[in-house]
Amino acid sequence: MASLRCFLRSGKNAVAALQRSGFHSSAPAAVQVTVRDALNQAMDEELERDERVFLLGEEVAQYDGAYKVSRGLWKKYGDQRIIDTPISEMGFTGIAVGAAMAGLRPILEFMTFNFSMQAIDQVINSAAKTCYMSAGRQSVPIVFRGPNGSSAGVAAQHSQCFAAWYAHCPGLKVVSPYSSEDARGLLKAAIRDDNPVVFLENELLYGVPFEMSEETQSKDFVVPIGKAKIERQGTHVTLVSHSRCVGHCLDAAAVLAKEGIECEVINMRTIRPMDTDTIEASVMKTNHLVTVEGGWPQFGVGAEICAQIMEGAAFNYLDAPVTRVTGVDIPMPYAKILEDNSMPQIKDIIFSIKKTLNV
Amino acid sequence: MRNMLSLISNALCRITGRNVLLIDLSELASVSSGEAQIQRLPPEPPPGSDRAAELDSEPVENTTAQVVVSRSFANFTPEVTFSIKKCDVHGLEAGPPDSAVLTRDQGLGFYRSMQTIRRMELKADQLYKQKIIRGFCHLYDGQEACATGIEAAIERTDHLITAYRAHGFTYTRGVSPRAILAELTGRKGGVARGKGGSMHMYAPHFYGGNGIVGAQVPLGAGVALACQYQGNNQICVSLYGDGAANQGQLFEAFNMAALWKLPCIFVCENNRYGMGTSVERAAASAEYYKRGDYIPGLRVDGMDVLCVREATKFAADHCRSGKGPILMELQTYRYHGHSMSDPGVSYRTREEIQEVRAKNDPISMLKERMLHNNMASAEEFKNIDLEIRKEVDEAAHFATSDPEPPLDDLCNCIYHNSPPLQVRGTHPWAKLVSVSNS
Repeated sequence: MASLRCFLRSGKNAVAALQRSGFHSSAPAAVQVTVRDALNQAMDEELERDERVFLLGEEVAQYDGAYKVSRGLWKKYGDQRIIDTPISEMGFTGIAVGAAMAGLRPILEFMTFNFSMQAIDQVINSAAKTCYMSAGRQSVPIVFRGPNGSSAGVAAQHSQCFAAWYAHCPGLKVVSPYSSEDARGLLKAAIRDDNPVVFLENELLYGVPFEMSEETQSKDFVVPIGKAKIERQGTHVTLVSHSRCVGHCLDAAAVLAKEGIECEVINMRTIRPMDTDTIEASVMKTNHLVTVEGGWPQFGVGAEICAQIMEGAAFNYLDAPVTRVTGVDIPMPYAKILEDNSMPQIKDIIFSIKKTLNV
Repeated sequence: MRNMLSLISNALCRITGRNVLLIDLSELASVSSGEAQIQRLPPEPPPGSDRAAELDSEPVENTTAQVVVSRSFANFTPEVTFSIKKCDVHGLEAGPPDSAVLTRDQGLGFYRSMQTIRRMELKADQLYKQKIIRGFCHLYDGQEACATGIEAAIERTDHLITAYRAHGFTYTRGVSPRAILAELTGRKGGVARGKGGSMHMYAPHFYGGNGIVGAQVPLGAGVALACQYQGNNQICVSLYGDGAANQGQLFEAFNMAALWKLPCIFVCENNRYGMGTSVERAAASAEYYKRGDYIPGLRVDGMDVLCVREATKFAADHCRSGKGPILMELQTYRYHGHSMSDPGVSYRTREEIQEVRAKNDPISMLKERMLHNNMASAEEFKNIDLEIRKEVDEAAHFATSDPEPPLDDLCNCIYHNSPPLQVRGTHPWAKLVSVSNS
């Protein structure tokens, strides 16, 4: 029933997810959990576990969250711990960072990361750099979370991907979950981390259900920051991606499997510090690499992967140059046909893989 | 206790005509020290903070006011009530009192504190001109009464954050001149091990030193939020200058502080110039104490340490009583330019600077008050000056002889409490390591 509701809410994404999860009878305690619920549960459990944790942002309390990610938390924890802020990103981000410096553990929600640009000075200069500048005397245990990247029909000012911007800066940790397991485990890890963590969610993933094992539902299940996950084993080509595009990669891999091309799909999970070792080991096995991301190509995540692979041991194992599949290098247009063609589609990934493999 | 002893000894000496009791009393003086020593207990670390262990090994020294006992000790007035300039108020029925009690010990303590800051800043000026200090160096001489007066009115367990003109506060918040100067010269004995520099010095309950104009104000409101959240009756003093007073994020912070009644004292150190721009050229309203609008405000003579102390006490009480934030404008003056690369005379006249020095210098004003009221002798002040000169000279010697941080410290402390990680150096073969402290 939950699956049906999720299907109705998120359309074909849910179908893909269900197909992917096999829908076979697994261990009895495994359940379907949407990314939204996984995030909600993670925050709930961490709020309960540590009194110093609190959530602030626009509409997070009485509205239950602009995207309902914080649903029910204000009712349970009250005004002191779930704080509605005025529309003052620079101000409340500074306030949250100051609170973290003074011993609390804030979770700050940006309604979307586009609005974080108003506050980016506080994220970078006040949060990211402080531990280093103070020679470790002053730590800033804070999580900045919210939807990142493209949504549907929200146009240019509300669709930017900030993975590359934040991952550029030493002092930050940047994570980008794909599945519910990622969302839950990484958010817990982020909240427990004593450093500023930028937690990039995706609005289109919120309603997507994923199967979660009993183990991943336990209160202390944490996904380590800095470790990628191999979602699908393969031998012919390595696909590296993060967030929603991991789903597209898995879809492309399913299609190509029918043609006898086995793709290894790596879900980065963390952008910074990047798990280059896992990518390198995979490339040394498959000899081909395609990166897939929603962000713009120039100076992006894929560009960094290319550079690191080229500088490392895996370069000599490449049988072809690395291919980057990215969003189109334009501000996001509004009209559906234009928007659809601004983002990497499954056919683009398949095309790029075949070109890389020269088939 | 000391006051009583002084009174008794005064009386006895007048009766007997001898200074018989001096020796005994002088011993007592060092044992039962007066309250010029603001309680300098190590602050409680923030909950869950694992910095407690570090507090012991930090180069932070307590700045106890040592009372110099001189031969004519018994003749001094132990305490005087001074009338001080009345504060302008905004949104308040009444302001701080227009008189202040100063004890001899407090006065000598303030003198020592301000003079130490003054000499330390002038030493920094010297070292900068010798190119031993590089980059930014924003000096605080002229504004000493602000830092000293504020510290006199708050507890060490309260919190303070300021902008880049921070050396004075770094000192009043407990960091020694040697650790400050060594940070300016970029040595490993600096308070931030040479990693931070002039604008990034930290201490328990002191959050710097911040380089981005205005950013420290919301940070300070956040610290106040943490105080309120933890219910520890502590407050945060969040300072900014007349230049920063026009930053939008201040008004965002004011709004939230007032809305949530955060225990935050916002302090505008108005030294009349934001870099090279005078207040008249920068602000449609230069009445900074009113700019908090719905937040009550005080305008205070920032050159008089007693005014600053009384106003801060008033403000602290306001915050601690749950009334929410309050704004204090301290009218002060900096003798140096904006920074060491600004001679400071292209946008103001030398006459103006000289006039402030002659008529309004905070250190001279305090000294004259005390001498005029027989609270201390000229010789005592001279001795204090000599001690401070020695301390600052030794600090400078340390700051110029201590080694620079070792190269293998380059990448450390990017993260806190994290496993070691590899950091890319300038080329792919430079594989550096970052270790965090935990």
